[in-house]
Amino acid sequence: MASDGGVFCLRRPEMINVGGIGGMESPPLDVDEVHVLAVDDSLVDRIVIERLLRITSCKVTAVDSGWRALEFLGIDNEKASAELDRLKVDLIITDYCMPGMTGYELLKKIKESSSFRQVPVVIMSSENVITRIDRCLEEGAEDFLLKPVKLADVKRLRNYLTSDVKLSNGNKRKLPEDSVSVNTSPPLTLSPDSSESSSPPLTLSSDSSDASSPPLSPVESLSSPLSFPLDDEDDDVSTESSPTPEESPVRRQKMRSPSLD
Amino acid sequence: MNNVVAQLQRQFHDYLVSLYQQGFLDNQFSELRKLQDDGTPDFVAEVVSLFFEDCSKLINTMSRSLERPENVDFKQVDSGVHQLKGSSSSVGARRVKNVCISFKECCDVQNREGCIRCLQQVDYEYKMLKTKLQDLFNLEQQILQAGGTIPQVDIN
Repeated sequence: MASDGGVFCLRRPEMINVGGIGGMESPPLDVDEVHVLAVDDSLVDRIVIERLLRITSCKVTAVDSGWRALEFLGIDNEKASAELDRLKVDLIITDYCMPGMTGYELLKKIKESSSFRQVPVVIMSSENVITRIDRCLEEGAEDFLLKPVKLADVKRLRNYLTSDVKLSNGNKRKLPEDSVSVNTSPPLTLSPDSSESSSPPLTLSSDSSDASSPPLSPVESLSSPLSFPLDDEDDDVSTESSPTPEESPVRRQKMRSPSLD
Repeated sequence: MNNVVAQLQRQFHDYLVSLYQQGFLDNQFSELRKLQDDGTPDFVAEVVSLFFEDCSKLINTMSRSLERPENVDFKQVDSGVHQLKGSSSSVGARRVKNVCISFKECCDVQNREGCIRCLQQVDYEYKMLKTKLQDLFNLEQQILQAGGTIPQVDIN
């Protein structure tokens, strides 16, 4: 299981460690580079998250299940492989809903592992279920991202990582990064790094007059646009959060109460 | 020559805007476009191509599950819808995603007829989008071949 830059076929379902869809080869892992393990059973989502991470200068290994993630980390067997020293996983980002092992279950296993419990774990989900989010945060997830994941979300993670990166062996290291640390930022306030007019304001109308970055379509990941009902299966799903102008819907962060504005 | 490029760029711009305005695409598609650069000029095309393959496979599987009225595997259908909804959301395929929402509802109440209708609709929508995007990518190619650059398109 090469983690040092071998080029894998992009279509290989179980693991990709590539330089991008352009087929560029990943150079060997460098101690100064952030290495992210991405876990998602959807191939489309893996491609997208991999690209999002690479564009923010992360090295990425993408796997298609919790089991493969554990396998990659070496958690599922007790062999202290020499590879562990090279792995240097700085962040694990995982989908919540996966067959076999959910992201939550993966999170728990990671937190139970002495080698990897300090690695920050971020959960992604297409469903904004408060109880789910809280459960993950309580179990030690660093953050929770609502799908579809956007560049601004990943940039925020990147900022958060680089200010204080913990390696699996517990050593902290600082990376050369001048972005704002968002470790203790309040909920629903994203770091002001993304000046792209990317995240749509929370408006239900499709022709917002907001000049900054109005979407043409209603916000897709949170509240229900007028034409169809909200897809949720839980009473605790939030419908609409406060219309912070340039930010995506609910991004819940650790250490804060789960209430929405 | 410049005129040709400008014309093509205009066409591209207008066409893409129309796709947003008509609800084929949503903001997530523009997010994907941001991830494309000179080094990865085919990124969006490749991602949506994977998405369409996904659609085809999932629709086939769900169709089989819905085939016999006396023996519908709604769990399987639900799983397919969930996956389809997820990937359509990730690429900004708005209409496809919307159908999935209705589809899920039919599945939840085990409405086979409704599911079949939704299945047909999702099939229609993804194929329609595929055609539209193919036209868009063709325009992109024409622009590049004429020596131009792909315009940024702001949705507003």
